[in-house]
Amino acid sequence: MQVVRHRYDAVIVGAGGAGLMAALHLAQAGIPTAVLSKLYPTRSHTGTAQGGIGAALGNMEEDHWEWHAFDTIKGSDYLADQDAVEIMCREAIDCVYFLEHMGLPFDRTPEGKIMQRRFGGHTNNRTGEPVRRACHAADRTGHMILQTLYQQCIRYGVQFFNEFFLTDLLLTGDPLETGTLCCGVVALEMQTGILHIFHAKAVLFATGGFGRLFKVTSNAHTLTGDGCAVAWRRGIPLEDMEFYQFHPTGIYKLGVLLSEAARGEGAYLLNGLGERFMARYAPKLMELAPRDLVSRAMYLEVREGRGVNGKDYLHLDVRHLPKEVLEKKLPDITEFARIYLGVDPEKEPVPVQPTAHYAMGGIPTNVDGQVVVDEKNTPLVGFYAAGECACVSVHGANRLGTNSLVDILVFGRRAALHMARFCRDADFVPLPENPEAPTMEHINRLLNNNDGRWRVGKIRRELQEVMMDKASVLRTGDELRECLDKVRDLKAQYAQVRLDDRHSAFNLDLIEALELGYLLDCAEALVASALNRTESRGAHYREDFPKRDDAHWLKHTLAYRKGDDIAFRYKPVVITKYPPQERKY
Amino acid sequence: MEVVVRILRFDPEKDGKPHWQEFRVDAEPNDRVLDLLHIIRDEHDGTLAFRRSCGHGICGSDAMVINGKNRLACKTLVKDLRQPITIEPLRGFRVIKDLVVDMEPFFAKYRRVMPYLINDEPPPQKERYQSPEERERFDDTTKCILCACCTTGCPVFWVNGEFLGPAAFVAAHRFVFDSRDRAAAERLQILAEYGGVFNCHMAFNCVDACPRGINVTKAILELRQAILSGSAQTGSELAHR
Repeated sequence: MQVVRHRYDAVIVGAGGAGLMAALHLAQAGIPTAVLSKLYPTRSHTGTAQGGIGAALGNMEEDHWEWHAFDTIKGSDYLADQDAVEIMCREAIDCVYFLEHMGLPFDRTPEGKIMQRRFGGHTNNRTGEPVRRACHAADRTGHMILQTLYQQCIRYGVQFFNEFFLTDLLLTGDPLETGTLCCGVVALEMQTGILHIFHAKAVLFATGGFGRLFKVTSNAHTLTGDGCAVAWRRGIPLEDMEFYQFHPTGIYKLGVLLSEAARGEGAYLLNGLGERFMARYAPKLMELAPRDLVSRAMYLEVREGRGVNGKDYLHLDVRHLPKEVLEKKLPDITEFARIYLGVDPEKEPVPVQPTAHYAMGGIPTNVDGQVVVDEKNTPLVGFYAAGECACVSVHGANRLGTNSLVDILVFGRRAALHMARFCRDADFVPLPENPEAPTMEHINRLLNNNDGRWRVGKIRRELQEVMMDKASVLRTGDELRECLDKVRDLKAQYAQVRLDDRHSAFNLDLIEALELGYLLDCAEALVASALNRTESRGAHYREDFPKRDDAHWLKHTLAYRKGDDIAFRYKPVVITKYPPQERKY
Repeated sequence: MEVVVRILRFDPEKDGKPHWQEFRVDAEPNDRVLDLLHIIRDEHDGTLAFRRSCGHGICGSDAMVINGKNRLACKTLVKDLRQPITIEPLRGFRVIKDLVVDMEPFFAKYRRVMPYLINDEPPPQKERYQSPEERERFDDTTKCILCACCTTGCPVFWVNGEFLGPAAFVAAHRFVFDSRDRAAAERLQILAEYGGVFNCHMAFNCVDACPRGINVTKAILELRQAILSGSAQTGSELAHR
C-alpha cells in the first residue's frame, strides 16, 4: 500500500461549519493549514441546518446575551458548564456579524437589519414568553453558512483534501500521561486507496455527530462518529455520551427534518384526537418547549394510544399559517413534505415522529477547543475538537434549537485562534515510527477476510434497530442492558465482516465497513453511559429513575475505553450564577 | 414490488470500458432511487460505488443520470419512473468508478468566477444594512447546492471545454447582484469572455435539470444585460435595478 506524507502546521479534519470557521481564521492568521474531508466540503451536514443561529442581536425586540445564556443553561437541564455557555452566548453576536460581513445572505427586516424569529426554549427572561432570537436565511440557514464559509476559504487559499477519510490520530504516547503530544493524523484517499500521513503541530477534529446509530435519523449517511471513535480508540475519553437529542419533527419513517422554524412561525403539533397535546406538558411554551420535552411528550401520546390512526406518529399542522410564510420562510420544509410524503402541507397536516438528531456529548474540550483528558481538564497538547464531535459542554443534557450553529461558529473560531497562537510558538515533534501501520493492518484485515460471514449492511441495520428500540427517547435499565449485550454481539460479528470489494478506487464497501466500526464504538460508549446514569435529565430519560438527582448526578460522565470494557470517571459541572432549579415551561 | 434497475458500471482495476449490469430489487413505490442503490449495495453487490450524504436533496452529492435525465437520486422516487430504471454517471467528467465522477474540473470553473463576497471597505461594528428588496434580488441563486446537474446536462458544456457552465454563472449571479459586493465589474469581465454567458445557447436544459428549481436561464440573461449595459457598475447599483 502506497503512503504519502504531508506537513502542515494545522490540520483540520471535517469541513462543516466548525472546520471551515476554524480554517478561515487560521488562513487569515497566515498559518499553513490543510482541511481533510471525507466529502466535498459543500456536502457537509451543516448545510442541512434549517432554522437559524441564536444570537441576542435584539433586532426585533429587547434581548440580551445573558437571557440566551440562561435559556441555554435551563434547556440543558443544568448540566452545561455555565462559563462556557456565557462565552458562547456573548460571542454568538459577533460571529453573526462576522458571517454577515463575509457575505451570508440573512433575511432582512424592513429597515435592513438581520431578521430574527422564535425558536424552542428561547425566551424573554422577564416575561417567559418566546423571543425572536434566531437569525435566519429562509429555512436554509445552514446551507448559507456552509456556502459562505467555503467561499471565503477559497478566497483565502485554504488547502483542501477532499474525499480523505480519517483512520487514525497520531500521538507521541498515552494521552493520559503528561508530556504526550498530538502530532498528526492518518487518512485514506478514497479515490485511489492511497494512505496519507499528515504531520502537524496542531490537529482539530470537526467531524460531526453519529446519528446513523439510530434507525430513524435526520443525519446524513456519512455521520458515523469518525472523530469520536478514533479519539476513543487512542484512549481519549468521551463525555456525556448518554445525552442524545431526538428532534420532535422528523418526517414519519424517513427521519428527514422538518425544522423547528415551522413551530417558530406558529405551527401546531396535534395528536390523533386533533388536540394540541403540548398543553398538557408545557402550557406556557406549548410547541416551542425544548426538544427533549416535546419528543418525550410525543412518545407518551403514542404510548397512550393518541397517535394518529393508532399509529406511532403525530401531526405537524401549518394549515393556518399564511401561504406567504410557507413560500418565503419555509419553502424547503414544504417541498420535503410534498416529495417524500406526497402531502401538501397547505391542505393536510404532516405525519411526524421524533428523529435522532444531535449528540450533546463527544470529545471533551475546554473553551479554547483544546481536548482535555480527565476531570481536572488536563489538555492533550496539540489536539483540538469543535462542533458536534466535541463536548465543551455548552448543551449539557439537552441542546436548544439554533445552538448547534452557535457552537460551531464560536468554538470553531476559538479553537482556531488558540491553534494559531500555539502553531507560532511550537515546533513539529517527531512522528511515531510507522505511523500508518495500525491503519494498514486494520484495512488489510477487512479486505482479506476471506471467511468473513456478515455483510456490513446487515450488522448496521441490526445496530440501528436495537438502538432505536432500546436506547432512544424512553429508556430503562433492563432495556439498556439488553442493548449493550446486543451491541457487543454485533462487535463480535464485526470481526467477521465480509467485503465484496477488494479494490482500491473508491471502495465504498471498505469505507462503510470502517464507518460501521466507528458507529459500534460510539454505540457502546453511549449505551454504557446511559446505563450508568441512574437519573433522568434532559434528553436522557430513565423510566426506572424518572427524577433528576442533583445530589448524585450533577456531574459530567467521562467514559474511557479499558480493553474490552468501559471505565467511568466524573467531572463537576461549572456553575457561575445560575443555580439549578426545577425546569418548567 | 420488484424494480428492475440497470446501472452503468465501471471499475478501473478490471474494466476496459463501462458496461451495463441489471439488478432486480424488492422496493416500495415511495422509495428513493438512492434507497435502491443502498439495497443493491447491502444485499446484492457491495462493489457498487456512488456518492451520497444527506439523503434529502440538500448536500448535492448524488447527482446522476436517471432514465436519461440529470437528477438527485435522493429526490427521485421510484413511482415516478418508468422501468427498467437506468442509472449512469454524470456526463462530461472522467469516471472514477461506477457512478462516481471526477468533480474537480467542475469546482475549478466555479472558482473562476470569484464565488465569494468581495468588499474590502471596513465593516461596521454590526451588520451591513441591506433592504429586503436588495436581498430578494439574488435570492434564487443562493439556493445552488453545486450538484452539477445543470452543467453536465448542458449541450454547450459537452462540446466546449472552455465553457464555464450554468453552475458557475449561478454562483456569479449570486454575488454580482448582491448590494454588498464590490467586484461585479471584474466578474462580468470574466463572464463576457469566450466561454462565458454569451456562449449559452438557451437550451434550457439547466432549468429543467436543477433540483433546487433555480431559474438558471433568467440568471444568465440578467448577467448578459448587466454586461451589455456597462460593466463598470457596482453590485450595489445593479442590485437596485
